[in-house]
Amino acid sequence: MTDKYESTVGQTADAVAPPPPHERRLSDAWKALKKAPLSAKIGIIVILIYVFIALFAPLLTPYGESEVVGAEFEPWGEGYLLGTDNLGRDMLTRLFYGARNTIGIAFVTTVLAFLIGGISGVLAATLGGWMDQLFSRIVDVLMAIPALIFALLLLTIFGTSIPVLVLVIAVLDSTRVYRLARAVSLNVVVMDFVEAARLRGEGMGWITLKEVLPNIMPPLVAEFGLRFCFVFLTIAALSFLGLGLQPPTADWGSMVRDNATLITYGDITPLIPAAAIALLTVAVNFVVDWFLHKTSGLRDDQ
Amino acid sequence: MTSSAENDGGLLLEMRGLRIEGQADEEWQEIVKGVDVVLNRGEVLGLIGESGAGKSTIGLAAMAFARPGCRISGGSIVFDGMDLMAMSERERRKLRGVRISYVAQSAAASFNPAHKLIDQFAEGPVEHGVRNRAEAEADAKDLYKRLLLPDPDNIGYRYPHQVSGGQLQRAMTAMAMACRPDLIIFDEPTTALDVTTQIEVLATIRNIVEQFNTAAIYITHDLAVVAQMADRIMVLRYGELVEENDTANMMSAPQEDYTKTLWAVRTFKKQSEIYDTSTTPLVAVDHVTAAYGPLTVLHDISFDIYEGQTVAVVGESGSGKSTAARVITGLLPPKQGQVLVKGEALPGDYRRRSKEQLRHAQMIYQMADTAINPKQRIREIIGRPLQFYLGLSGRDLEEKIKELLEMIELEPNQFIDRFPGELSGGQKQRICIARAMAAEPEFIICDEVTSALDQIVAEGILRLLDRLQRELGLSYMFITHDLATVRAIADEVIVMLQGKIVEHGPKDEMFTPPHHEYTDLLLSSVPEMDPNWLDELMERRAQEGVMQSTSSS
Amino acid sequence: MFKLLKIVLQRLGLGVLVLFIISVIIAGAVELLPGDLCQELQGQSATKETVAACRKELGLDKPVYHRYFVWLGNMLKGDFGVSLANGRQISELIGDRTANTFFLAIYAAIISVPLAVALGILAALHRNSIYDRVVNIVTLSSISFPEFFVAYILIIFFSVNLGWFPSLSNITPDTPLTEKMYKAFLPALTLTLVVVAHMMRMTRASIINLLASPYIEMANLKGMTRRHIITKHALPNAWAPIVNVIVINLAYLIVGVVVVEVVFVYPGLGQLIVDSVAKRDIPVVQACCVIFAATYIILNLTADILSIITNPRLLHPR
Repeated sequence: MTDKYESTVGQTADAVAPPPPHERRLSDAWKALKKAPLSAKIGIIVILIYVFIALFAPLLTPYGESEVVGAEFEPWGEGYLLGTDNLGRDMLTRLFYGARNTIGIAFVTTVLAFLIGGISGVLAATLGGWMDQLFSRIVDVLMAIPALIFALLLLTIFGTSIPVLVLVIAVLDSTRVYRLARAVSLNVVVMDFVEAARLRGEGMGWITLKEVLPNIMPPLVAEFGLRFCFVFLTIAALSFLGLGLQPPTADWGSMVRDNATLITYGDITPLIPAAAIALLTVAVNFVVDWFLHKTSGLRDDQ
Repeated sequence: MTSSAENDGGLLLEMRGLRIEGQADEEWQEIVKGVDVVLNRGEVLGLIGESGAGKSTIGLAAMAFARPGCRISGGSIVFDGMDLMAMSERERRKLRGVRISYVAQSAAASFNPAHKLIDQFAEGPVEHGVRNRAEAEADAKDLYKRLLLPDPDNIGYRYPHQVSGGQLQRAMTAMAMACRPDLIIFDEPTTALDVTTQIEVLATIRNIVEQFNTAAIYITHDLAVVAQMADRIMVLRYGELVEENDTANMMSAPQEDYTKTLWAVRTFKKQSEIYDTSTTPLVAVDHVTAAYGPLTVLHDISFDIYEGQTVAVVGESGSGKSTAARVITGLLPPKQGQVLVKGEALPGDYRRRSKEQLRHAQMIYQMADTAINPKQRIREIIGRPLQFYLGLSGRDLEEKIKELLEMIELEPNQFIDRFPGELSGGQKQRICIARAMAAEPEFIICDEVTSALDQIVAEGILRLLDRLQRELGLSYMFITHDLATVRAIADEVIVMLQGKIVEHGPKDEMFTPPHHEYTDLLLSSVPEMDPNWLDELMERRAQEGVMQSTSSS
Repeated sequence: MFKLLKIVLQRLGLGVLVLFIISVIIAGAVELLPGDLCQELQGQSATKETVAACRKELGLDKPVYHRYFVWLGNMLKGDFGVSLANGRQISELIGDRTANTFFLAIYAAIISVPLAVALGILAALHRNSIYDRVVNIVTLSSISFPEFFVAYILIIFFSVNLGWFPSLSNITPDTPLTEKMYKAFLPALTLTLVVVAHMMRMTRASIINLLASPYIEMANLKGMTRRHIITKHALPNAWAPIVNVIVINLAYLIVGVVVVEVVFVYPGLGQLIVDSVAKRDIPVVQACCVIFAATYIILNLTADILSIITNPRLLHPR
């Protein structure tokens, strides 16, 4: 009775249920992409265009970033496709360089926010105890003040340089990341496979990196998109208020501010950078929306 | 398929060629594939099947209702001569709750937390114009009494969260009865309850259905339960009918292979042995008291487990059986007492135990789904303890993993690179066993390892565990609420109640009277396949007056 | 009932504690200044004597905790100190502006809250309909728009092209209410547009969440009408989540005010704080921060307490 076919009945009952094994790799991602709704496809294309422009801005533009090339407020036309700004710099050139600066800084800030918030959130959930208490209470307090207001206070004190800007917004934004990372990790930490790893005697490194992290990636990836939008909008708002990126750096928020007078004459040129901001956030949001829908839908069969 | 449903009363419900689709990942997939359901007045039909068989979906279709994300895509539903598919939603609403009503699995979630029980009871009859408010209230109290709820005159004025699970389930049955429907759908009404609570709910449900001669569709995955409740049984699988027959014939002579495998489940029984208790036990739990904060959940318990022995710990939820396991593994350090392995005391906290001490005792969990990391391949899941404890790597590691897969009867090359998501429930549990075996332990705690599995699969797991025990000389601590499992695998049995051991002894002794009052209640509450079992039990209990002692549950 | 009271009191106590901690942070932030406030103020022209005099004047020669309690005590009396930029009493500076900002926020809230909640509930009830899908795309887009973009689009339409509303909201305390409402219409509309999308999406999500509850399914299976299910089963439980959504967005509104005020040159706190940050007029920034933060905390506290006292499990303990 000890042969391996003893429980063939159980085997047949088992064997029918699972789907055949398959490799989910790039081809599957491509398939999913093809099935994505129109809004998500548009979103992805728009994001790719922005990234392209940001990466190759110097090659795509006729002038230098802060080069004065003509008179102030030249209209659209040959030489200056989108006219010139309040100091006589080419709008299109600055728009392309603005992509680089605004997106780049927002991206760096978001990454930093994720490093700070993500790591501390996962650690707080896995370690629990006083560490969790300490982090969570600090975050509670930081979140009790509206982020923009807090940012204004800190910028007053430390001045408005790019490193200060990045650091202040990253820290303030990491509180949101912390909350999410902690919450989703808590759901994973109570799972039996984490308990099994603890009882095996595994250290913190293994548990957080190998057991918890892979299971919280989908919500974190989606959150990255949302946080990026938020950071991007915050930096744009601060620049618009004159408290973000400082001249002569090309930046979409300050471009709107600098040229706002044109609007009262019915000229929409200053709104182009604003629209550029809006279009990118819309695109990211469309993609995130689809991603969230997809990952939450897939949760059932996992 | 034979149908003996041509009894009295005439046809009540007739569903023909029923097809229902569910939406998954933006695509519609058929989850019920052309099933015929016929029901006469006063008849109780049992729908049985594993999860995913489509039985709840069919039950709801009898009310022409499809859950969000589902749609009835084909077939006819005729209730008492009325074609429900041809009706407007408005007309269907007038039938629901009045002539057809529904009892859900989770009473706690299905009652609105914002309203008192009696308000939710009265809502149906009052809104449908069947009774006025005062009549409905009086009726509620009458039904509460018939369903043996404690303090029937006042219990209705409580909020759902103020009432226990078993009582809530009966209150929901009363609510379903409020308009004296012709048909009630019972959707796993006792699945979430403990066995001793389940028995009372079953008895009262059956009683009231008989009193009012109500027809019912009783949905469950528990064969023994359906045998007590139904006149006729339909076995479903993957949205299709496997077999249909009246209960007696179905139980005694199933025709289809699949049905037979369901029925054949409880054949496995290990030969239990008596152990020499003069040697040092492998694991000794010595006067352990444990608590979660101020709440003491284990009161001074002691027991021993010897080499090669299987000790089953039984009890209902809250009995402390899982806490005992947490103390042994070191997840919950005891307040008093200690755990000894081969006579040597272990540190109370697992973090202070040595790698070697940890390796000795392994654990297999109830939910294989959550016990293995869905993002790791089988290779990594089984390989990790081999790396961690035994320091294997490279070819040695690969070979050992394959050896373990062979041991748990899974084809190594086919499974080694799969993710858990690509395995069935039983296969996942086998992976958990392999992971435990990889540590080469002497002692394994099995926490309800078969209760989440379909019975036929569970049987395979038990056989595997038994074989491994004989081959490797392992000791098991088997935590379970299922006495059939205990019968199958235990050498010794410990019965726990409210954090204390109420009875302890060799299996054969435990299953022969006389035993402790609670053991008796527990043993007798486990449904048996015999369709007359519930009747006989109720009769016996009525004579002995056992019912009163537990009706507060 | 006693338990409920205890929880509410606990929350209130916690709220006060948070306010206190926030005040410490706002006051303490100045201590993070590299160097010294007086040196910072005087810059290149600083001499030992002038710095010392300045320190004395601002009380910087006193220990930190002493300064903090003086500051806190004065603030509780309504005395926020003196502006570094123009030497005026801050309480004078912010008095009217605070009123203006609250006027604008309440104005926007009165339009947006009913609108957003109604549209959100409608979208949830008609889930996956064309209406719902359109609403999803539109709101998703509009939460992606920077406030100033929305503001300028409105200016181009309503002010430049149509000439219906002014693009500058230069109101004074003496402006009559109707004129105030007329002049503040575009800023209020901007805020409304920005906040409605957020509020609506959140309302929709929380209602859908609620409608997925088994007890709603049960009510359906009891043959209750749609109207009955919504009024008797959904709404009593929807209260808490909806209030929560509203409050979160009101808090958001308060912050969104900053950018909108700048665009429309609306004389509110937001303008003041932006100007003061640029001038590094720290006491004014601190005062504005205290007001914004306190409003924000009080709003969140209100949401907390409302959701506690509408929870049946706490209202009717076992």
